Amino acid sequence: MHKLLCGVAWIALAAIGIAGAATAQDTVKVAMINEYSGQFADTGAQIDHGVTLWMKQHGDTVAGKKIELIRKDTGGIAPDTAKRLSQEAIVRDHADILGAFSLTPNALAAADVSAQAKKFMVVMNAATSIITEKSPYIARTSSTTPQLNYTLGQWASKNGIKTVYTMVSDYGPGIDAETWFQKGFKDNGGQVVGSVRFPVANPDFSSFIQAAKDKNPDAIYIWIPGGAQPLAVGKALAERGIDTKKIKVLGQDALGFESALKGMGDVALGIITVSDYDYNHQSPMNQAFVKAYNDEFHRNPDIFSIGGYDGMHLIYAALQKTGGKADGESLIDAAKGMSWESPRGPIMIDPQTRDIVQTVYIRRVEKVGNELRNVEFASFPNVKDPEHGTRK
Amino acid sequence: MASETMTAAAAPTGPHDVLRAQARWRWGEIAFWIATLLPFVLTPDYLVLASQVAITALFALSLDLILGFSGIVSLGHAAYFGVGAYTAGLLSVWGWGEPLTGLLAAGIAAGLVGYITSFVIARFRHLALIMITLGFCLLLQEAANSASWLTGGFNGLQGIHTWRLLGKFEFDLYGYTAYGYALAGLFLVFLLARRIIHSPFGLALRGIRENNARMPAIGAPTHSHIRTIYTIAAIIAGIAGALLTQTTETVSLETLGFQRSADVLVMLIIGGTGRLYGGLIGAAVYMVARDQFSGLNPQYWYFWIGLLLIAVVMLLPNGILGGLSSLAQWVEAKWRKKLP
Amino acid sequence: MPPFFGVLFDGAAYGMLLFLMSVGLSVTLGMMNFVNLAHCSFAMLGGYVTVTLMNALGWPFFATLPLAFIAGAAASIVLERIFFRRFYNSNELNQCLLTIGIVFVSIAAAAYIYGTDQQSMQLPRYLRGSVTFGGLDFAIYRIFLIAVAALITIVLVVTLESTRFGAQVRAAVNNQRMARGLGIDVDTLFAVTFALGGGLAGLGGGLAVAMLGLDPSFALTYLIYVLIIVAVGGLGSITGSFVAAMLLGVADMAGKYYIPAFGSVLIYLVMLVMIMWRPTGLFGRR
Repeated sequence: MHKLLCGVAWIALAAIGIAGAATAQDTVKVAMINEYSGQFADTGAQIDHGVTLWMKQHGDTVAGKKIELIRKDTGGIAPDTAKRLSQEAIVRDHADILGAFSLTPNALAAADVSAQAKKFMVVMNAATSIITEKSPYIARTSSTTPQLNYTLGQWASKNGIKTVYTMVSDYGPGIDAETWFQKGFKDNGGQVVGSVRFPVANPDFSSFIQAAKDKNPDAIYIWIPGGAQPLAVGKALAERGIDTKKIKVLGQDALGFESALKGMGDVALGIITVSDYDYNHQSPMNQAFVKAYNDEFHRNPDIFSIGGYDGMHLIYAALQKTGGKADGESLIDAAKGMSWESPRGPIMIDPQTRDIVQTVYIRRVEKVGNELRNVEFASFPNVKDPEHGTRK
Repeated sequence: MASETMTAAAAPTGPHDVLRAQARWRWGEIAFWIATLLPFVLTPDYLVLASQVAITALFALSLDLILGFSGIVSLGHAAYFGVGAYTAGLLSVWGWGEPLTGLLAAGIAAGLVGYITSFVIARFRHLALIMITLGFCLLLQEAANSASWLTGGFNGLQGIHTWRLLGKFEFDLYGYTAYGYALAGLFLVFLLARRIIHSPFGLALRGIRENNARMPAIGAPTHSHIRTIYTIAAIIAGIAGALLTQTTETVSLETLGFQRSADVLVMLIIGGTGRLYGGLIGAAVYMVARDQFSGLNPQYWYFWIGLLLIAVVMLLPNGILGGLSSLAQWVEAKWRKKLP
Repeated sequence: MPPFFGVLFDGAAYGMLLFLMSVGLSVTLGMMNFVNLAHCSFAMLGGYVTVTLMNALGWPFFATLPLAFIAGAAASIVLERIFFRRFYNSNELNQCLLTIGIVFVSIAAAAYIYGTDQQSMQLPRYLRGSVTFGGLDFAIYRIFLIAVAALITIVLVVTLESTRFGAQVRAAVNNQRMARGLGIDVDTLFAVTFALGGGLAGLGGGLAVAMLGLDPSFALTYLIYVLIIVAVGGLGSITGSFVAAMLLGVADMAGKYYIPAFGSVLIYLVMLVMIMWRPTGLFGRR
């Protein structure tokens, strides 16, 4: 009787297994390890929108396989949760590809899973350089902090800015930005007259801006995460009477975010930022992309959206190249060296580092019609991340 | 109750007999511990979640010792969890990844921090105590952020690799070793906690919780007792933190965060304070609910969790175990009525 | 003028804002010992009301403020009637759990209705910019905040000291049982005070949008600061909340200006020192 039961159980399991495997053969599952709730929910939503727009425009079948999205919420900075969700996605849901990853700690934790399980992992936002080195199956489609800030530093020192005062948020990405901006700036003869790191959740910048103003530099470089901070910076700039024609204000994307510009108003005019994408980018492909995005989601795309959009593009293109084989080895080999024209401009996945190589834009906030927009006025093509290879 | 003692032939008489009677293993407890083995067989896909439930349950148990049994309300218990977590992580990064000794080291480190802070803790009650525990934990987190050369800061500590458990069991992707390890840790520490609670020291703690002012009148050294249990709770929290680091091979600043302290407090209250198993049940319920809600509705699972909390508090004022115990008493009373 | 006065001014404005958001909690906690962790949800509600009225309906900024107050008050009354009054005699932990549940629900609701990104609003022209005096810039909005908060504080203190209602509130805070014994209807009194506190929180939230920003996590982020102010100031004391808010606002600003590396920790250090020195708060009873 016992043997009979065992036998039946085994047959049942086998049947389920075969059925599962059969359906698995025709589906490629992409697990989105993303933030759908909490402080970073907006970033997560934009990444998700980018991914779903791509799928809507290009259908959900590639190389004979149906693409299925599995959404997992990390809730914020939670590397143990991100790691567990990645493990569960692979073990329980039989995911073939891990995607999204907005936050560095989460991406680093999941990288271990990608390496151990040999699964293709696409980082669509997290910007710390070292991430792609933690697993040989990772490719990135967003940008890296060094890539953007080194370029800005170089540009600044070659364009009439001799002295700068830097202020950044006192945590990983901010410190990264400070290091590479200063490097790019000093490498070309610039002088850093003062620097400060402020607490991460800082709501008020007036005292810091005042201290910067007191040093009378050619430019003030500010690095802050998105959210409430850009608006607060704008307020402080207004309160301290910073005239961007006399003291330039430099920063990375956050200061140029749409919500930031709307909130800051005319105070933002003249702020110079560096980024890899803005919805105002003048190209026919981007205009079509922005229109489609607006039709679907009633808002403009941003750097997170393009990270998701191009991330999905990469997944589709890689699958096309492997003919539908979804194991980590095949997909990453297909991804290496892949290049295409994205709404942001031409991009490529570096074959050595598997990191993104793209055009970096310097933009200034100007009034276009009745709105404030980031208008690109300088661009640097084929910028690689400068940090890879500098570590032992 | 009075009739019970009159008719029973071998009624407990002295205090040690009472303690011994309380310390007997009930069949419900045995069933509970057997049930913890079920995930291995029934839900092997959920072992990683199960291991994290076990770790959080251990953390909740440590909070129960100070909150449920001694009346010390702490909003910053994650401080000791984080100290333990980082200790285990740092040991591994510095080249020693053996799990069991790492656990020991983490317990000692957390216990040391707990011991030092206990001198302050013992002197305050009510809101002041809550704010002090909160403030201390927030400070510790900021310090850890600043000392990013040591802790890895925002990115978390990188390069942690846990060696094989007992030289044999590799920490696998499915989580078999992780759950076995965490569960064993939980069980062993639980036994210890149980011993402590069902001892004269444990009774003294309950006395302190009920009426702190009166205890010195009967000669109980309240400050010393509070310091002892607080240190023990810190050690246990540290062990839980180390377990998390070792099983996930990551550790970051949020192990020291307010969110973690608040979450464990919520779990303990849901389960029922002062009942040893409350933290375990609460942790299981909250984390499984969160996982399920989050899977069903990633954007708005907060809403359902909030409703769950409100429902639990409205319907089960003493937590789940309180509710179960009331139910058991009600059933028993009805049963007693039926007997002649 | 040395920059210290600028720091003092900025800190005072920040402190005033926090005071508005905290005073309600201090009084209700002192009176009924009811731990209402959902207090900042009322502030968040006030903020969203202001933003919605201004952005969607084009109301002028000033007109939205009374409505932010009413929204906070109304929400308080509704929650008090339906949920809170069952828990007045319950233990603190249950109150914590209930109110945390309400906070979670409010955050999810805000995310659902408004989305998770930052709400932006444009202040009226005459509130923007700053005036220069003695070589320092003083933001006009902060001057406005200080003025409004000072006015409200005066009204509150006068109410508490000179009206019958105020006397009853003081009595109930001091000794609830005795107050009941004297025939004071403590339950209605509490409901009114609770509504007032919620309304002030709502007003504070509406005023805070321009200075601190607004998104669904507001309800939790500022809860910690509010708790710190209530604990340091002392339960049930308006003066206590005021002084604590001022102290913490200035300490925060000063810390960030003079020692940026320790900016955010200064507020916690100050709190720890204050609480260890005066465990029941600066002006708390006993």
